[in-house]
Amino acid sequence: MRKILLMGNPNVGKSVFFTRLTGTQVMTSNYPGTTVEYIRGFMLLPDGEKVEIIDVPGTYTLEPTCKAEDVACEMLKESVVEGLKRGDVVVNVVDATNLERNLNLTLELMEKGVPMVVALNLWDEARHNGINIDLEKLSEWLGIPVVPTVGVTGEGFARLIAKLYSARAPKARKHSKEQRWKEIGELIGMVQTIEHRHHTFLEWLQDLTIHPKTGIPVAVIVGYLSFKVIRFIGEGLIAYVFDPLFEFIYTPMIMQASNWLGSTGFWHDILVGKLIGGQIDYVQAFGVLTTGLYVPLAMVLPYVISFYLILGLLEDSGYLPRLAVLMDNLLHRVGLHGFAIVPTILGFGCNVPGILATRILESKRERFIACTLISIGVPCAALQAMIIGVLGRHGTLPVLAVYGSLAVTWLVLGLVLNRTLPGFSPELLLEIPPYRMPPLKTVWKKLWWRIKGFLREAVPIVLAGVFVVNILYVLGLFEALANFTAPVITGLLGLPKEAVTSIIIGFLRKDVAVGMLVPLGLSVKQLVVACIVLSMFFPCIATFIVLIKELGWKDMLKSTAIMVVTALTVGSLINFLF
Amino acid sequence: MTERAIIKLVDLKPGQEGRVVSIDGGNRIVDRLRALGIREGLTVKKISAMILWGPVSVKIGSTTLSMGHGMASKIVVEV
Repeated sequence: MRKILLMGNPNVGKSVFFTRLTGTQVMTSNYPGTTVEYIRGFMLLPDGEKVEIIDVPGTYTLEPTCKAEDVACEMLKESVVEGLKRGDVVVNVVDATNLERNLNLTLELMEKGVPMVVALNLWDEARHNGINIDLEKLSEWLGIPVVPTVGVTGEGFARLIAKLYSARAPKARKHSKEQRWKEIGELIGMVQTIEHRHHTFLEWLQDLTIHPKTGIPVAVIVGYLSFKVIRFIGEGLIAYVFDPLFEFIYTPMIMQASNWLGSTGFWHDILVGKLIGGQIDYVQAFGVLTTGLYVPLAMVLPYVISFYLILGLLEDSGYLPRLAVLMDNLLHRVGLHGFAIVPTILGFGCNVPGILATRILESKRERFIACTLISIGVPCAALQAMIIGVLGRHGTLPVLAVYGSLAVTWLVLGLVLNRTLPGFSPELLLEIPPYRMPPLKTVWKKLWWRIKGFLREAVPIVLAGVFVVNILYVLGLFEALANFTAPVITGLLGLPKEAVTSIIIGFLRKDVAVGMLVPLGLSVKQLVVACIVLSMFFPCIATFIVLIKELGWKDMLKSTAIMVVTALTVGSLINFLF
Repeated sequence: MTERAIIKLVDLKPGQEGRVVSIDGGNRIVDRLRALGIREGLTVKKISAMILWGPVSVKIGSTTLSMGHGMASKIVVEV
């Protein structure tokens, strides 16, 4: 099957193209480096031929400087070798508002001799900014078709698809780097004219948010508002939607089922769990159909919805790269640079995409530090929802204690890693995209896509986790284990020895693990210690798998050792000091 | 007639423009900066610099770039 490769500089809209061509939703945002792996999909051409579309991570040149760019170059290499026989086509997506810079990759691609078409994307924005490009001259000079497009509206796509048939390999021209830039300079002089436009409101805002004097207060306000709104929406959904649903609709059904199962016995305990005074306490019952559904749907899902809604707006507006500039100083202290803020923020939703996003960082050292810090100090939305749900009942202070301890640990560990690991942290070099109004349709689609992901991937594991817990209880395995680990759990952390079961289950799902703490009747201090240890200890299994994939076995084991030692150290410090 | 001065990009005042004369760095840095749009002969405008030797943000054409303080001191501009 023929392959169509979507290639171009970062943040030019390749993923929007992919979604439009294949109908498959992929993650899109307004910052460079959203796509870090190649993604495949299929489309039917008008003549009925089925082709494979590949969304290639963005790259500025064909000389890779980070893992995401490596992926891009590898993809192209394969298509150059095998693709000529198949008839592969490269669609070079070019940002029309930054033609000069983008043409470097275009010329590099042309030198590879693959058939290609140039899609001059963000055409509307270029026009709006007073940039005029002579399409005919450009196409003639390059010797390949050039089609103006607007990814978000689909303008120009029919023509682009038609051009896929007439794509052919450009004349191979080899240049030195110097020559290439010189030619681009000349070409730009011929095809592009720019009318001067006055500063727009968005441009004014743009400057404001990267000035230290104004940018830092704005960042604090954005952070505070995001947090407030996430909590407001999350709590609102729980109180007015999900809790009533469970209470008025689901509870009567479950009570029926409980009666039918005879209110006790093996299957009753597994499916419905333990009733307390004849009533269902959804957190404590621990049946597959009670706690197993209530935790993911009524405690975690509301926060997943609110977190990803706000994240989507932040991603699509273009604010995150500015935050990277503001955070650069701090992140250098922990051996990273400013752009590491993006994987970190993604980690607050789920550690898995957070760790994948560390591919935008240049060095192996940075990726190791970033992955370790995210696994230890960045609790995912599910874990946070449970911490707030369980600890929040005892006031704000215990919740703050958990977040504070995680933040301090993140910082101290980062400082230590930066000092002890060989190497240095590279400097920030980042393109700051213009602010764009987040297209509401995209924000909504992306939110829905992430919610579906959560329901599909998390809920089954929660159900399985609750089931496994019940079986292990019945088999009495937990008791044996609890006695074995008691010196650490009780001696060091000051928790009842049964708490080990929660820590073990934390390997499956951290939200279930926090739920398991509730029936133990812990003091507030014990709950705080347990929540901290759970956050820092092994990552959940899904995170574990990506860690192996991204770091390799050796570094993953190193990272895990750091997590275990840190969790035990911080946990026992808090236990003994307070 | 004002004197032409050769200074480092990092020493431009916010809002000031300069023409890039040279980039005094290793090949890797030079290539990277060029690929992102900083090249000899082009005019850059400094937008801002973070406190404590933080990143410097510049505008070049319609691209905004932020770069580390060290990188910005390797770029020589004429004002």
